[in-house]
Amino acid sequence: MTDQEILAGLAEIIDEIAGVPADEVTPDKNFVDDLDIDSLSMVEIAVAAQDKFGVEIPDEQLKDLKTVQDVVNFVSKNS
Amino acid sequence: MSTKDQVSVVVTGLGATTPLGGDVASTWSAMLAGTSGVRRITEDWADSLPVKIAAPAAEDPMPTVGRVQARRMDRCEQLALVAAREAWADAGSPTVDPWRLGVAVTSGIGGIGSTLTAYDTLREKGWDRISPYTVPMLMPNGAAGWISIEFGARAGAHALVSACASGAETIGYGIDMIRSGRADVVVAGGAEAAIMALNIAAFAVMRAMSTRNDEPERASRPFDKARDGFVLGEGAGVLILESLEHAQGRGARIYAVAAGAGYSADAYHISHGSPDGAGVAFAISAALRDAQISPAQVAHVNAHATSTPEGDPLEARALQSALGDAAAGVVVSATKSMTGHLLGGAGAIESVAAVLALRDRTAPPTINLEDLDDEVTIDVAAKARPLAPRGATGPMAVLNNAFGFGGHNVTLAFTEYVPEEA
Repeated sequence: MTDQEILAGLAEIIDEIAGVPADEVTPDKNFVDDLDIDSLSMVEIAVAAQDKFGVEIPDEQLKDLKTVQDVVNFVSKNS
Repeated sequence: MSTKDQVSVVVTGLGATTPLGGDVASTWSAMLAGTSGVRRITEDWADSLPVKIAAPAAEDPMPTVGRVQARRMDRCEQLALVAAREAWADAGSPTVDPWRLGVAVTSGIGGIGSTLTAYDTLREKGWDRISPYTVPMLMPNGAAGWISIEFGARAGAHALVSACASGAETIGYGIDMIRSGRADVVVAGGAEAAIMALNIAAFAVMRAMSTRNDEPERASRPFDKARDGFVLGEGAGVLILESLEHAQGRGARIYAVAAGAGYSADAYHISHGSPDGAGVAFAISAALRDAQISPAQVAHVNAHATSTPEGDPLEARALQSALGDAAAGVVVSATKSMTGHLLGGAGAIESVAAVLALRDRTAPPTINLEDLDDEVTIDVAAKARPLAPRGATGPMAVLNNAFGFGGHNVTLAFTEYVPEEA
């Protein structure tokens, strides 16, 4: 899966769970500061990403995933 | 109001979403027209239940709340938010110091739908698949929290719980918040969204519900001889309560005075009302005292009357006893005949109805009242009826009764607002 495909898939999840339009989900965006996504929604996003990409995101990793690019990198590296 | 030494509290906004309509105007016009909100439940889950009727909210709150926010809110919280937004706009979206703006909005059960969904998910898919919003969705104070966030209300957000008296009790608490000086404005009310198999089964197994499944619109029939139990309803009602001083200061439209509240506990049985009606009569008398009104000022009562064989005559006896000779001139209505029983939302939507009855000087009908129970000696309005001033000193008053399992009795008193002469 290319980084572009992961980004598109992630944007779909974020739109569904947090209502952020896909075109706003760009690599440099910080989940909390830019996209206004709280820790509870991040848990939902992580579970949905697990289903979509087949990559488990442990809690200790999740707290370090601050930006969209962080998640794309994590998925890319572990899939 | 100058004879009172306490802060006068007035109603300056109303909101409702009910089985009769998605807002106050549609609810009230349907109510005056004697429309039933009771329907046959068509979902499969009702197939194995003895009760196959209910009164669902006429409008789905989800589109108004918004898809993303609705994912994080139980349906009862969504209904409460819709009613709160309407009430707030109706009050003119007042500018209030956040630390002087309070919330008192409750539910009898809380987010039971979310609890059940989460439990199914837990068993079928595992703990990590339930929504991280499950706890804020199931807690009965959830609506109060969401509404405080919506309006930035920081004087306190409260949710008193007393089963089917919760809505009325919480409005009473809202009145107290203003009287005690904690707030200038309070968003007050109640909501319920409990039309689900477990809840219906749990009430049905108590033999508390109507099983008139073949005639849904005729099933809720308070005070009628052929009544056979209540019908579960769904929705929310919200009042904007405000100190008279604050309302006058901003030139607000005033619907009525939220004049007082009375409470009691039966201390008798966990789900049966005390047959002598003494607890109910005490709450009614206490509300009259608190509101500083006489029985002869009371023109109308929106009764709790749920259409159960036991409860309705008990309330009628209590009204007779508390109001004495003056009971003869009181027009009683049971709007649950149309909305069904909204549990923790009941006292709230019925307070909205009571305030509108006062404004329009019209008592709504008690539909399906074809043959009055012989035990009932009070005057129950089968059709909508004009309310005339009774000639007593003081403004016209209306009461709203709400009682809950646990033996909770609450009566709220509203009076016509009469501006003081300059």
